[in-house]
Amino acid sequence: MRGLVLPVMTLCWREVVRFRRQRSRLVGAFVQPLVFWLLLGGGLRASFQPPGTPPGTSYVEYVYPGIIAMVLLFTAIFSTISVVEDRREGFLQGVLVAPIARSSIVLGQALGGTTLAVVQGILFLVLAPAAGLSLTVSSVLSVVPVMFLVSFGLTSLGLVIAWRLDSTQGFHAIMNLILLPMWVLSGAFFPTTGVPAWLGWTMQLNPLTYGMAALRRCLYLGNPTAAGAVPGMASALGITLVFCILAFVAAADAARRSAA
Amino acid sequence: MSGTATAVRTPVVEVDGLHHHYGSREALAGISLEISRGEIFGLLGPNGGGKTTLFKILSTLMPATGGIVRVFGHDLVREPDAIRRHLGVVFQRPSLDSKLTVMENLQHHGHLYGLRGTALHTRAEALLERLDLGERAHDRVETLSGGLQRRVELAKALVHRPDLLLLDEPSTGLDPGARRDFTTYLGQLREQDGVTVVLTTHILDEAERCDRVGILHRGKLVALGTPDDLKGRLGGDVVVVQSVNPQQLQVKLRERFGCEPVLVDGSLRVERPRGHEFVREIVDAFPGEVQSVTFGKPTLEDVFIHLTGRRLWGEEANGGAAA
Repeated sequence: MRGLVLPVMTLCWREVVRFRRQRSRLVGAFVQPLVFWLLLGGGLRASFQPPGTPPGTSYVEYVYPGIIAMVLLFTAIFSTISVVEDRREGFLQGVLVAPIARSSIVLGQALGGTTLAVVQGILFLVLAPAAGLSLTVSSVLSVVPVMFLVSFGLTSLGLVIAWRLDSTQGFHAIMNLILLPMWVLSGAFFPTTGVPAWLGWTMQLNPLTYGMAALRRCLYLGNPTAAGAVPGMASALGITLVFCILAFVAAADAARRSAA
Repeated sequence: MSGTATAVRTPVVEVDGLHHHYGSREALAGISLEISRGEIFGLLGPNGGGKTTLFKILSTLMPATGGIVRVFGHDLVREPDAIRRHLGVVFQRPSLDSKLTVMENLQHHGHLYGLRGTALHTRAEALLERLDLGERAHDRVETLSGGLQRRVELAKALVHRPDLLLLDEPSTGLDPGARRDFTTYLGQLREQDGVTVVLTTHILDEAERCDRVGILHRGKLVALGTPDDLKGRLGGDVVVVQSVNPQQLQVKLRERFGCEPVLVDGSLRVERPRGHEFVREIVDAFPGEVQSVTFGKPTLEDVFIHLTGRRLWGEEANGGAAA
């Protein structure tokens, strides 16, 4: 067991150090969602009151948990891009010839991305008052583990793709095709209620819908109606957990299949 | 007693009937060789000859499509982790994280092999001292010159005290001086730590300094032996003749001296004992047609030309060998 922890921790630590030393990534993962929030929240404030949002909720507030999910998504994605870079630049070769299982390598990478995402998610929580949301201690304590789960699932999903690709261009294409739509259709942007049936189905099949629901339920821990018409806490957490496990297993499998 | 004797005799690397295909292209066509403990073994050959494929297989990065490889008696396919523990690998492409410092790279590597704490730090410091990198320990790798980065690569591969060191084109990007230092250091490793070294190279100088050399050409091992042994198989000295009309001179030399000149890259090569006398004979016989004549002891490139009819780098020989 100890033999497993050390390699995993060192791979995770490296992701964090690299992130700290590449300022531009901080901008991509943190400032960009912030700008999105200001633009969407400000721009749609007057016109946007979809059915299903609790009365009295402004759009700025509605989209705030969604922007947290975006922070998690972007951070997770950017850190999985580093896998593609590691392969292209050669760093991965040295890791692959070490006496550690591919699944440990993937776990280290996933935890690295997750750590970065959660730290930025927590930083974003500080902005809750600007959304008109007053957070209780218990909602902060519950939302952090949920952010961890959602980030771990998203990072693992990113890794499934990253281990199969050899160019960052390819990664960007897939990100725009899969990951961004996942975010848009998760209830981050607009609720399931009031959309055409086919879209509603798509949203219900989207695993991130449940992560999004878990985030909302935790942020409005003492006030469930304010969370809106989203899946209940149990199914939200359960499905998110299953998604995490499946995504990790798929990533470990992709890593095993990948030749150097 | 007999136990240790067996351990010494067991080859570090055993390769038996190794094949590898990339789709329909055959990269390795049945390679068999053994490498003993403490040997410095060089795989020499042109690019595309199969060196890198063999290297990838030995370093456990890629399973071969056929044949058996055993390292320290462990089967490469079934027990890769048992082998990886004993393996230090220096890749042709850089494998350092340029955003980390030299020391951080070494520590990260040590952690992957289960080393930690003071023991790891002391080991890393000692290696950096030994490789004359002590002063750069806390600089980020991206600020180091190419030559220094190569040395850090070597230090990194040695952190976990490997018993077998694999190096893919180790002197890429090194100037001749640094290359000599590198080879000297490999020699020390063998003497002091009993490390077995396997390296691929297309640089003759580097191959000459190996204990044994295997020459790879088109996926086949065309020669295997000590450099002196391989060169001794040639007929004495190598005489190289430059001429305005080499094809014509090739025929004339054959008729006059009964030798078999090979035309490689526009110059004629003859293997001949007592080359210095032959030089004079050629000049006397064809004064108008010879631009220059040189002779020398055979190099490993001469061995390569002798075996394949082409130079290590460059064009295919124009028909000479077959004639």
